[in-house]
Amino acid sequence: MGNKITVKNLNFFYGKDQALFDISLKIPEREVMAFVGPSGCGKSTFLRVLNRMNDTIPYARIEGEVKIDGKDIYKAKTDVVALRRMVGMVFQKSNPFPKSIFDNVAYGIRINRMHSSKKDLADRVEKALKDAALWDEVKDRLPTSAFGLSGGQQQRLCIARALAVQPEVILMDEPASALDPIATQKIEELVVELKKDYTIVIVTHNMQQAARISDRTAFFMLGKLIEVNPTEKMFTNPDDKLTEDYITGRFG
Amino acid sequence: MAKTGTFADSLFKGILTVFAGTIILVVIAMIVMMFWNSLPTIKEFGLGFLIGSDWQPASDVYGALPFIYGTIVSSVIALILAVPVSLGIAIFLVEQAPRSIASPIAFMVELLAAIPSVVYGLWGIFVLAPFIRNYLGPFLQDYLGWLPLFQGRLTGIGMLTGGVIMAIMVTPIITAVVRDVLEVVPTSQRDAALALGATKWETTLIVLENASSGIAGAVVLGLGRALGETMAVTMVIGNAPQISASLFEPAYTIASVLAANFAEATDRLYLSALIEMGLVLFLVTFVVNAAAKVLVMGVAKGTNAARQA
Repeated sequence: MGNKITVKNLNFFYGKDQALFDISLKIPEREVMAFVGPSGCGKSTFLRVLNRMNDTIPYARIEGEVKIDGKDIYKAKTDVVALRRMVGMVFQKSNPFPKSIFDNVAYGIRINRMHSSKKDLADRVEKALKDAALWDEVKDRLPTSAFGLSGGQQQRLCIARALAVQPEVILMDEPASALDPIATQKIEELVVELKKDYTIVIVTHNMQQAARISDRTAFFMLGKLIEVNPTEKMFTNPDDKLTEDYITGRFG
Repeated sequence: MAKTGTFADSLFKGILTVFAGTIILVVIAMIVMMFWNSLPTIKEFGLGFLIGSDWQPASDVYGALPFIYGTIVSSVIALILAVPVSLGIAIFLVEQAPRSIASPIAFMVELLAAIPSVVYGLWGIFVLAPFIRNYLGPFLQDYLGWLPLFQGRLTGIGMLTGGVIMAIMVTPIITAVVRDVLEVVPTSQRDAALALGATKWETTLIVLENASSGIAGAVVLGLGRALGETMAVTMVIGNAPQISASLFEPAYTIASVLAANFAEATDRLYLSALIEMGLVLFLVTFVVNAAAKVLVMGVAKGTNAARQA
């Protein structure tokens, strides 16, 4: 399979502070890639480079090349709105809008004017909720507020909201870190399911989670990419001593 | 030793309780006093006082409707003008402007709130009134003259001028509250919208939706301020107790009739009429401000819920 995302010699700065150092990485299509590493290692920053969410931060600066489908997304002509539609994002804390369940999922479809009729809109919402494994739990209460859902349901609602705009890549920033084990398990099952259709990049603090759901794992430390390998190899026989120390819990 | 300590503590607590209780006493005392002193007109006219439109102190006829009308209409004009501008300023400050520009503008807006009312009144008489008489009035009559709102004689002194002055005075208050409310909307809401491909404008709409009850609170707070605004309005509204469709005609508000006539109200019924209007204004602004507080508090709670979720 081809590479969906290609990053070459990426450096990232917050003002004078450099947060990412010379990162090169390829992420193949329809794979789950996990980013692991200690807090503050730059994995979340790197994730936000991939859909240009860092654009909102003043004084952020980027060097190097980030290509998705072979197109440099930091070229001046890039349509950032279209990029973010193609590269969806799910955040650490679920952040539904103060709207109904239906309107939350419909939001992205509406602002991107993707639907042809009311019926089409409803169909797309239903499909997104089904894909996020939430449909059966909410189908009878679509017009009620999203805040009435449990934490895990809200996070799956946010995933449904991201799926509704038909992205090709989904970035997940510790999507289960605020959830209980059962809700976490549901999210993990969902990620494995979504892999069939999407390229998924997931940041996680949870080593077991990375081991359970990802095909390949990238280990970051202090803004540097230390090692990328198939997850199984990474967790059994890592190339780098630092990776081994981190995975076996010698620091963290 | 310990005993004196405990005594000092309870004494301290007692004194503070008395201070705090004073506030409640003052409010109750004001309501009772005003109600007591307006009993003559309440007995004499009953509800007719509030719906009567004749105001002739010389023949002891008191109908407060022109003042109630003037108060409401001038406040509504003020809000119609002030709310969009305040929202615009607040959105600019929170969502658009870099800190280096936002801080000085926010400072200027707060400065506007600190200018004494009477200074606004003077500015109204010498700058705003001539401007409305010579420029804005003729312009409105040329293009919208077919509306009864903009017919009649242009003196520059009247309902519109009063409303515009009030608008300028309530803008800083509404702006400041809206800005605070927008600032507590979690960044995660903006992120969520942006990540779905929302434009800056669409993201702002999401922020506004998050803050909607707080914005309503800010508007109601501005309304409370406009209803009670006295000095500047008295100076430019013309002080004529009439109900006219034209915004160019002079009008009168409750606050200005109190300020302008209190000294000469020697007659018992006249005094009672003024105090009853004061009571009405007091109760209305009390309710309006309480409603504003509830709305603004609601937004803080709402975003907390969003944050915990």
